[in-house]
Amino acid sequence: MWASVRSSSLAFMLAAGLAASVPAWAEPAPARVVSINLCTDQLAMLLAAPGQLRSVTMLARDPSVSVLAELAQGYKVNHGKAEEIYLDRPDLVLAGRYTAQTTVNMLRDLGIRVEIFEPAQSFADLRADILQMGQVLGRDRAAAEIVAAFDTRLAQLQAKQPEGPRPVAATWSARGYMSGSQSLAAEIISTAGYDHLAERLGRKGGSFLPLEALVLADPDLVIEGHSRAGHARSEEVLAHPALHVLTGRKAAVQTPDWVCGLPAVLDAVEGLRTGQEGAQ
Amino acid sequence: MNRKLLAALTFAVLALFLLSLLTGVADVGPIRSLKALFWGGEGPLDIVMREIRLPRAILAVMVGGSLGLAGAAMQGLLRNPLAEPGVIGISAAAALGAVLALQTGLAATVPLALPGAALLGALLGVGAILFLAGAGGGTLALILAGIALSALASALTALVLNLSPNPFAAHDIVFWMMGSLADTSFTQVAVAAPVMALGWLLLARSAHGLEALTLGEEAAASMGVNLRRLRLAITLGTAAAVGAATAVAGTVGFVGLVVPHVLRPLVGANPARLLPASALGGALLVLAADIAVRKVLPGQDLKLGVLMALVGAPVFFHLIWRMRGAA
Repeated sequence: MWASVRSSSLAFMLAAGLAASVPAWAEPAPARVVSINLCTDQLAMLLAAPGQLRSVTMLARDPSVSVLAELAQGYKVNHGKAEEIYLDRPDLVLAGRYTAQTTVNMLRDLGIRVEIFEPAQSFADLRADILQMGQVLGRDRAAAEIVAAFDTRLAQLQAKQPEGPRPVAATWSARGYMSGSQSLAAEIISTAGYDHLAERLGRKGGSFLPLEALVLADPDLVIEGHSRAGHARSEEVLAHPALHVLTGRKAAVQTPDWVCGLPAVLDAVEGLRTGQEGAQ
Repeated sequence: MNRKLLAALTFAVLALFLLSLLTGVADVGPIRSLKALFWGGEGPLDIVMREIRLPRAILAVMVGGSLGLAGAAMQGLLRNPLAEPGVIGISAAAALGAVLALQTGLAATVPLALPGAALLGALLGVGAILFLAGAGGGTLALILAGIALSALASALTALVLNLSPNPFAAHDIVFWMMGSLADTSFTQVAVAAPVMALGWLLLARSAHGLEALTLGEEAAASMGVNLRRLRLAITLGTAAAVGAATAVAGTVGFVGLVVPHVLRPLVGANPARLLPASALGGALLVLAADIAVRKVLPGQDLKLGVLMALVGAPVFFHLIWRMRGAA
């Protein structure tokens, strides 16, 4: 096992080291796994052995937020409520750090093992989440392969950095929400060859940037939030004429690739790269 | 006296309009801002002044004017100082109409469907109030009918927004109940203007009928006022003005209550003179509130309803105080 570990990345070594300290061989891999968070849904679908994953959330089937929406059609769906999940008799529940705490507590009180995953704020977190999923599902090798493929593709993308001064880009979505400089979106943006506006404004965490402030900051690219089905006035600001005068026709849209820490974030990077080439 | 009052109000509206243009998160000097507004090109500050601040200030005047006018007209018709579109649930009914138009997608496909649906909601609201409280009904009937209509329309609005597939729709409940002019554009100005203009026209033409009505229905009828037509004009005019205002700014309450209350003594309680004064006063109040929300919490969307309730509640207390004195 160690031989394969040495050939892989540092992050993997750290995670595998943790895995080794837990006697993973003492218990068999869970056979009835239920996921109650969009991001753990997709990680589990990537990694689970056939028949191992019982159900994923409704959101996993929504192509406006999930990159694996089609794959999710093949799974049962749940609504993240303790009652239905308990009745499914899972031996492992996968949840995000910010998944409804009452649900998680109740499931734990009922004696069900719940594994919590941190939302990925960087590519390093993304690797760690994949490896953690591999470990809890007993699929370490598959996880290591996915991480290795991710690293190879990332290195190829980084080798092809566009020349010249870096233009400024900002994400901007409903109610004027802009992702912070320490976020998955920021790493996608910087890998694609842009500086993130949040970095220039000194905003580490996600925050609300008024339309006026965005227009005055005058970024080279505005990456708009993906607008959802139905109507919300909170999203109307994305149709504001001022934004269109500012961006011309250069605005990009945050596809589902931007939502979760999955290898698909590199598709988002490539999308920005090609968009950028088209604009020049 | 009246001319002086209208001149003073007009001057104040112009002054606050200018101040509204100079209020925003960006700390830019007034001269540079106004230069960018009038002679700007496509620079960032020019866009901010022309596409963000100008339509917002114009909408504040339009929304405030409509609500002030509608409040004064409703109070004249029902001869009750509490008959205000926000208080008696007409705005809430208009909001329900607007939300239905938006969530069914009608607003995106049919031109003027948004203010039209809000007008229809408001019309049903005014109709329900007139039916339940009637011209002869007392204050108690009016308030009870208003509470019932408000509660019903607000609950249905919240229900529709919660049923929406859009995760941000539920957050919109605050906007529809408290009102805001944040991030409005000329799109909203164009959406509201035609329907509002219809409302203003109908209400302005009712001024003399309302004046005669102060003498009582029989006296007004004997003076040649067609009461049915007057009622119809005010109902439709109020629905159009309040509907269009609500469709773009949400429920902005208390404007039609506070403004006529303050201005009534200054115009000798004459409805014909109260209407234009209330329109200007409403514009003044909403402009002031919209400046204040940006000063109190710059860059955040503090809702207009918060400030309106702070101004409106004391007027209620004053009315109660006066009622106790009368009793």
